[in-house]
Amino acid sequence: MSYTSLALSGVALAVVADLFILRTRLLRRKAFWTSYAIILPFQLLTNWWLTSRFIVSYNPNDILGKRLAAAPLEDLLFGFSLILAILSLWVYLGRKGFAPRKTR
Amino acid sequence: MKHLGYLAMLLFTICGSFWLEIVLRVGVLRQVKRLVITIVPVALIFIAWDAYAISRHHWFFDPKQILGVHGPFHIPLEEYLFFLIVPIAAIMTLEAVRTRRPGWVIGDEQVQE
Repeated sequence: MSYTSLALSGVALAVVADLFILRTRLLRRKAFWTSYAIILPFQLLTNWWLTSRFIVSYNPNDILGKRLAAAPLEDLLFGFSLILAILSLWVYLGRKGFAPRKTR
Repeated sequence: MKHLGYLAMLLFTICGSFWLEIVLRVGVLRQVKRLVITIVPVALIFIAWDAYAISRHHWFFDPKQILGVHGPFHIPLEEYLFFLIVPIAAIMTLEAVRTRRPGWVIGDEQVQE
């Protein structure tokens, strides 16, 4: 499988986990999209650092070739699926009693 | 200094997010158990992806710009740290949004009377 198809699968898996498996439905929450909007510029910046300096390089046969801030477009999907999966599981565990209790 | 290229990115990520623990008191690092159960399963999947991608040469690392320490599956140490630091940074961001926008529902709110 190419990086492109794996990246699309990663996003699909994270979306299914959030909406249907863990049922955290972060994709429908303002708090998630606000967090992602904060994280995204940092992802672009750190990715740019890693790719423009060739700290990490990609096989041109395994990516579409479209790039954003030096990094292949697939990296955006990779980052999105990582962030969604992590935050979904975090919130799921919070719901299961792992969140610190607050007093009103 | 060049071998610190990848590590610098990780340190930047720590600097950019961990201050939220002190200034906004997001309390993420205190929830060790929840952090471990969140990060371990997701990191395992992404490490498997990383191992596959490295073995198939989807991506590769400049040996001059990493520390040169490799873990299992020829994955550089920095990659393992990436899957620890980036998740913590993302969680801190979500918790920071929670502290600044208490009215926004995240889905795990628990209020004890």
